[in-house]
Amino acid sequence: MRRLILTVTLLLPSLLFAASGGVELKKAPNDINDQASLQAGAKLFVNYCLGCHSADYVRFQRVGKDLGLTDSELKENLMFTTDKVGSTMNIAMNKDDAKRWFGVTPPDLSVIARARGTDWLYTYLLSFYLDPSRPFGVNNLVFKDVSMPHVLWERQGWQKPVHKTKTDSSGHKHEVVELELVDKESLTETEHKAKVKQYQQEVRDLVNFLDYIGEPAKLERQSLGWKVLLFIVIFGIFAYALKKEYWRDVHS
Amino acid sequence: MSKILITGLEWIDVRYPLSKMWNEHLAQYYAPKNFNVWYYFGSLALLVLVLQIVTGVFLATNYKPDSTMAFASVEYIMRDVDYGWLLRYLHSSGSSFFFIIVYLHMFRALMYGSYRKPRELLWIIGVFIYLCLMAESFFGYLLPWGQMSFWGAQVIISLFGAIPYIGEELAVWVRGDFVIGDATLNRFFVYHVALMPMILLALAVVHIIALHEVGSNNPDGIEIKKNKDPATGIPFDGIPFHPYYTVKDIVGVSVFLFIFCVVVFYAPEFGGYFLEKNNFFPADPMTTPEHIEPLWYFTPFYAILRAVPDKFLGVVAMGASIIVLFFLPWLDRSPVKSIRYKGWIFKFALFLFVISFFGLGYLGMQPPTPMKTLFAQIFSTIYFAFFLLMPWYSSIDKTKPVPERVTD
Repeated sequence: MRRLILTVTLLLPSLLFAASGGVELKKAPNDINDQASLQAGAKLFVNYCLGCHSADYVRFQRVGKDLGLTDSELKENLMFTTDKVGSTMNIAMNKDDAKRWFGVTPPDLSVIARARGTDWLYTYLLSFYLDPSRPFGVNNLVFKDVSMPHVLWERQGWQKPVHKTKTDSSGHKHEVVELELVDKESLTETEHKAKVKQYQQEVRDLVNFLDYIGEPAKLERQSLGWKVLLFIVIFGIFAYALKKEYWRDVHS
Repeated sequence: MSKILITGLEWIDVRYPLSKMWNEHLAQYYAPKNFNVWYYFGSLALLVLVLQIVTGVFLATNYKPDSTMAFASVEYIMRDVDYGWLLRYLHSSGSSFFFIIVYLHMFRALMYGSYRKPRELLWIIGVFIYLCLMAESFFGYLLPWGQMSFWGAQVIISLFGAIPYIGEELAVWVRGDFVIGDATLNRFFVYHVALMPMILLALAVVHIIALHEVGSNNPDGIEIKKNKDPATGIPFDGIPFHPYYTVKDIVGVSVFLFIFCVVVFYAPEFGGYFLEKNNFFPADPMTTPEHIEPLWYFTPFYAILRAVPDKFLGVVAMGASIIVLFFLPWLDRSPVKSIRYKGWIFKFALFLFVISFFGLGYLGMQPPTPMKTLFAQIFSTIYFAFFLLMPWYSSIDKTKPVPERVTD
């Protein structure tokens, strides 16, 4: 029995790895109340994602309103294919063509943050690495054999996998894959750090924006919630006082 | 002014028994004065039923029961309909809270013996309400047309296929197609917004009529009608439902609404338990999710289903786990009703039952492993043993003497 448990525990990482990539997800440092970050994320989104991915349920006008942009700012910075602020973020790419080119139709991103979770998206966008066996030359640690090319490569640079052996708390050695920039050697320590940090910041903004479009009502919901709760508390105090008054003669 | 009102009321009373009904069900309905916190859940269940109907009506005005438009119409409600997000979260959280309330309401009945004579029929009507509620939420869960909507319905309907001879035909008949599709969505929508709410409302009314006929039980399990004031015919331990319990239930409502609104406004997904992550992927018949699980309130029964190695017998066990509830009034042979006067055997049995119900609920959410299946089998056995062995253990259990009058 003990041996079985040991075998299972040792095999588990490799089983998980085969199933889902087995990468520990990084925590996305999100804050949808950070309007500057949302604006930066929106710009990245329309420039890098909206070519192939649609966001069919998202209206430009609503984005403009929630991100504090005027209609003209909206048109200049975020709208390239339409000038109607009331229209949604749809794309011109034909779904069948997309399937022929990529193998799968790129999914609509309106609610992707709710389906995948922000941590997954954050880690996913940081985890592309060079893999010559793939059609687009890249693979992903979180999403094995993903069909998507590394669209943001010019912002991140290319990464390569580095195999390391790590010892966990119980003394077992594990083979882990970490990613590092291909041109790490040619950069100084500070340059390298700044480059990595810069990209993490951009991915954070992008994921933040995806989180926002996943549920634009979240901003409204959280600001309305405490007012409703405050009303219920005050109502409850009066209700309790009324009950106490009525029940006085039951207890006597 | 008050004279006009009184004349108006008299005018109505000649034509409709308004005052009579008010008195029978509220002002002169005498409830035991010793209700504790467990007695809030009946009125709360009624509140949530109304909440679900009202929010449901508004949601239905913007929802499209069409497999090509359903998912998008839900997002339309979430984004473009004024306060649509609020209606949807009230409705989606409302369904989970409905089950929480109903489970607590049923547990109250288990503790205080509210199913015992003369309340057998009241209990049976309640079990029917519970069954309808399960059907109602099952039909409703298909409507958002996400991956879990689709595959959850696929798994459950395919269970009909396990019935010998007619199973496959029956499954096709239920779906209206060979797979879950537009036909299924359309009929589920009709069942969800018309058929089931109608039955649920009717049953709720019947449940209340039955309750007011026999009178409410109480934490002591004493019949207050046995001790009446000979002059007035009013039970010594009874107080009029209105105003005493109406004002008390309003306090319960405030506490409930506070907890409910914390979830609605700050955690509507409730960590994936109330709204599952996978259901934000649109339904895709070509992609089976790695792990299919029903919503939390079905998982205990789903675990019983999976605990049995044979598919058909699993379906039978799952069905039996609910059918057995109908027989509860006749399984309990204890001379006393309330847990307060029952002995340690019943308390221990109830404790084991609660542990296995939670255990099954947890296991139903997990992908099966041999170890987990073994646990599911043990818990299922305890679940059934609680009911089937009750005639034996409840009759040998040592009970305490029951007082004449209710205690405070």
